[in-house]
Amino acid sequence: MSTKRLSIGYASGKRKTILAENLDLCIESSAVICLLGQNGIGKSTLLRTLSKMQPPLDGDILLEGESIYSIARNELAKKIGLVLTERIPESNLTVYEMVALGRQPYTNWIGKMVEEDKELVRRALKGAQLEELADMRCDELSDGQLQRAMIFRAVAQDTKLILLDEPTAHLDIQHKIETFQLLKKLAVELGRSILISTHEVQLATQMADVLWLMNADGITSGSPEDLIDEGRINELFDRNTIHFDKETRQFRFK
Amino acid sequence: MNKTHSNRLIFGFLLILLVFMILVNISFGSVNIPLRSVVSSLFTGQGDRETWNYIILNYRLPKAITALLVGSGLSVSGLLMQTLFRNPLAGPYVLGISSGASLGVALLILGSSILGGFWSVLGNSHILTSVAASLGSFLVLTAVMLVSRQLKNTMSILIVGLMFSSLSAALISVLAYFSSAESLQRFTFWGFGSLGNLTWTELVVFGLIYVLAVISLLPGIKALNSLLLGENYAKSIGINMQRTKNLILLSTSLFTGVITAFAGPIAFIGLAAPHVTKLVLKTSDHRVVLPVAAVVGSFIMLISDTIAQLPGSEYTLPINAITTLFGAPIVIWLLVRKRRMVL
Repeated sequence: MSTKRLSIGYASGKRKTILAENLDLCIESSAVICLLGQNGIGKSTLLRTLSKMQPPLDGDILLEGESIYSIARNELAKKIGLVLTERIPESNLTVYEMVALGRQPYTNWIGKMVEEDKELVRRALKGAQLEELADMRCDELSDGQLQRAMIFRAVAQDTKLILLDEPTAHLDIQHKIETFQLLKKLAVELGRSILISTHEVQLATQMADVLWLMNADGITSGSPEDLIDEGRINELFDRNTIHFDKETRQFRFK
Repeated sequence: MNKTHSNRLIFGFLLILLVFMILVNISFGSVNIPLRSVVSSLFTGQGDRETWNYIILNYRLPKAITALLVGSGLSVSGLLMQTLFRNPLAGPYVLGISSGASLGVALLILGSSILGGFWSVLGNSHILTSVAASLGSFLVLTAVMLVSRQLKNTMSILIVGLMFSSLSAALISVLAYFSSAESLQRFTFWGFGSLGNLTWTELVVFGLIYVLAVISLLPGIKALNSLLLGENYAKSIGINMQRTKNLILLSTSLFTGVITAFAGPIAFIGLAAPHVTKLVLKTSDHRVVLPVAAVVGSFIMLISDTIAQLPGSEYTLPINAITTLFGAPIVIWLLVRKRRMVL
């Protein structure tokens, strides 16, 4: 996936709120990309725009050379998977049914799964280590289990690209690390490209192949090592109050 | 799998129960007819007595069919509303859609009497009543949808629905103030709800519109399950939201419109029946829940109607009162005892 002079933000009536302009980004296949930036800088808006949830203000997004705006939603769902921060509404939906929804783009008009679909759902449940809990309701799962289920729903969707909006937001440190390892594994073993928006700077610098640093001037893309060496990570936040410590790869108070 | 097996068992059991309830419903009324005679009258056309035969074929059977259509249609509409708005308390009555249908009917019955002369004939047509009711429910549902687009909080959608109900009620009061006593009485009786006044011809019209509502729902069925994840997830797994919303909107307003036109504004079935269903089924898969909710809705409607007939007496209670007496406690019980009202 790549973007061409993409501008993101909101337009209501004649007023435009531009969050970022002229973005020329590129997502390589089987890469893990972490998108870092302050709250409110536009990370979620970027992910929503890339997944065609929200129209861009300008520019285009290309997927395998084709603009995503010329791809029907059902076809796009076979290419891009999405994991959001929002909680799913309370319902009787079981874990199995939820993961199985990932097969929706491939099923017939009434959503009947064929053997291949069922096999992929089984594999996804196995990957998420939730085989035993498949018949439980989603709201009976712990936060960590639910997040794994949501991620493997996207895996079952069988897309080359998976976008995740703050996948570790509700999790403790153990589950945060496990989630990042899991995503890394998906990229290495299954060849998925993964774009994660996150606040976990330390984990991101360890796990990511590429970092996208988003601040008011736009997005700087590069490998974690280069960006740390060049001191670019320091530009993420207010430099008067915190700075990035290269040794511990963590932000500290001044 | 084991679970689908047990769901099938539940469905089969409910179907048998429903058939039994249809027979019971036909058997009870101002004249009680033994079940055996009901069965022979229905299947051979030869009842034990000519009068019973007549009552069953021209009065009780159309009424039972009406109850089936009304109960299942309202229950399905309620389920669709709950899923579409992702609010377990949504339903045709709560969201003001029934009130919209009432307003349509009021405009027709009361409005035509105010205009007088040639126009007053229009208020007597059942077909026009159903068109007016469908239009009214469609308008309110569209309005609720448009407003809810601006609202993230699902609770506010209910408040918007309540406001539309109040608005409709206020407009109806204004109309009532200016209209004749006779048409006002007609409107009031319509408002009590009734299953028993339909001729076979009217029933055929009812059935046709009902089928139309079912057909317009079919292309949207697949999307319903994905809506359980929320709108954004639904889009991300390939659902065309606008198309889905339009289909559900069309189907629900057809259901609610035609039901309200022929049977009056019937409360609580649309809210209570889907929740009883979800309590029994332990799944949210609409391919399972929809048909079962339809059966449960029909079942509750038949029981309500049987009670409303006050078996053995000359009197018939307003069906709307009975469904509310049934439905309201169920909803309170669900909230208090189960602490769970989900999609």
